[in-house]
Amino acid sequence: MSKLPNSHPQVLRRTGLSANNRDRLISLTSPLILLLLWELCVRAGLVDARFFPAPSSIFETLTLLIGDGSLWINTWASLQRLFWGFLLGGIPALILGIAMGLNRPLRALIDPLVATTYPIPKSAIFPLILLIFGLDEASKIVMVAIGVFYPVLVNSLTGVLEINSIYLDVGKNFGANRWQVFRTIAFPGAVPHIMSGIKLGIGMGLILIAIAEMIGAKSGLGFMIWNAWEILSVETMYVGLIVIALLGFLFSIIINELERLIVPWKKSR
Amino acid sequence: MSNSLVTAETPALLGGASVKIRLRNLSKSFITGSGLVIAVDDVSLDIPSGCFFMIVGPSGCGKTTLLRMLAGLDTPTSGSVELSAPAAGRPGNSMVFQGGSLFPWMTVFDNAAYGLRLRKRPQAEIAEVVGHYLNRTGLSKFAHAYPHQLSGGMQQRVSIARAFANDPDILLMDEPFSALDEQNKLLLQEELLRIWEETRKTVLFITHSVDEAVTLGDRIMIMTAQPGRAKQIVDVPFARPREVLELRALPAYGELVYSIWGQLREEVQRARAKDEERERT
Repeated sequence: MSKLPNSHPQVLRRTGLSANNRDRLISLTSPLILLLLWELCVRAGLVDARFFPAPSSIFETLTLLIGDGSLWINTWASLQRLFWGFLLGGIPALILGIAMGLNRPLRALIDPLVATTYPIPKSAIFPLILLIFGLDEASKIVMVAIGVFYPVLVNSLTGVLEINSIYLDVGKNFGANRWQVFRTIAFPGAVPHIMSGIKLGIGMGLILIAIAEMIGAKSGLGFMIWNAWEILSVETMYVGLIVIALLGFLFSIIINELERLIVPWKKSR
Repeated sequence: MSNSLVTAETPALLGGASVKIRLRNLSKSFITGSGLVIAVDDVSLDIPSGCFFMIVGPSGCGKTTLLRMLAGLDTPTSGSVELSAPAAGRPGNSMVFQGGSLFPWMTVFDNAAYGLRLRKRPQAEIAEVVGHYLNRTGLSKFAHAYPHQLSGGMQQRVSIARAFANDPDILLMDEPFSALDEQNKLLLQEELLRIWEETRKTVLFITHSVDEAVTLGDRIMIMTAQPGRAKQIVDVPFARPREVLELRALPAYGELVYSIWGQLREEVQRARAKDEERERT
């Protein structure tokens, strides 16, 4: 009899680590194990430390770059370009994509332009962008904007086209005007797709900002990595890569949280 | 021929009441992969103000197409639809769709408030009117829920609340209960009758259920199988307000259902024969 009350907390403790938390714990251990192996291999002389410096020495460089403020200056420069580029490319893409979804003639007009310019490698137009916008901030911002523009446009368009036509019927029957259809049906209905477009756009933006800063900039993470190559500071290169990776990771967390906030009506999968 | 009979018959029935909906030689055809399909063929009809008008017909007879033309969602191939002009600032008609028409991104309250918000009515009025209809449909507690959290029956109640809250001149209902189970259907029919009694708006209600037509309607138009024509118009003599269960216990109820079924059976068989023929070719 006295065993019964005791068994209860035990059961609780066993289920205390939920499947989610367990997954999180497992996914945390794999990178740690990799880092540990890496470190050991370098120390044992199994890999070339000139190309793969030990994690401990990369960390040393990281603290050094944080200490002299240069890491922050470069990260901030890249972030600013990403932000403005994101607005410059994302907002027109969003509006144009939804408008194309709602308006057939507009779609017929713009679709071929998108289809022919989309496959051009964005990095290949950078020289042209440099020529047009010069070596200042504008060329970098435009690069990011171009990268963000396409995924957001294509996904907004898909989002509107996939809206069940019964919702548009309701809008029409209840007398919604063009702007009201846009605001109450097309935009909210397309938001889940738009969010995936934004995620892809941010990824593309990070790629392009790194490339653009390597060629035509005096600041930014891309510049930092390129500059490190010129002075053969391999550790600094790795620091740059780590920061870019962390930024990408951070953005995806922010976007996922944002998605949960603005799409509360989406059934959880 | 049956059409001229129909129009000659209608004005006398609710003597003197003004006509809300007037259809003249209304036709609609589509071109599909298998050729020209006549969905609605030469329907002429007058529906008086305040009438709860039912259209019953076999599936695929074009009754939904007819309703969509009235709602302004489809254009007639020929003929005309005339709806009496609503009072200034009021919408002409609002439709209750078959199902799945609630905006998933809006709460129950926002869905029900949709029409009023589009017309930019004052907040206080929206809160009062929407609150009233959510209360009448038993949804007050779910005002802040999203449609995917509700059962099919509750979703259709929101859809009804949305149409009533919009306060249209005419209500159009496209088989709103067809996807519901028998028990839910009965409850919703009762609820609909109760809410309708408050305002007695003109209703055009489409169904494939003879029971539903006799339970709810003042007058029933039976449609033929494709192409959809007006086969006959039948008056429902039962007094209002009605109690659905008591009504169904009346011998006259059974007789009316039986006689309408007799008319409809012919059409359903014809529709079936046509389907089988299509299968064979």
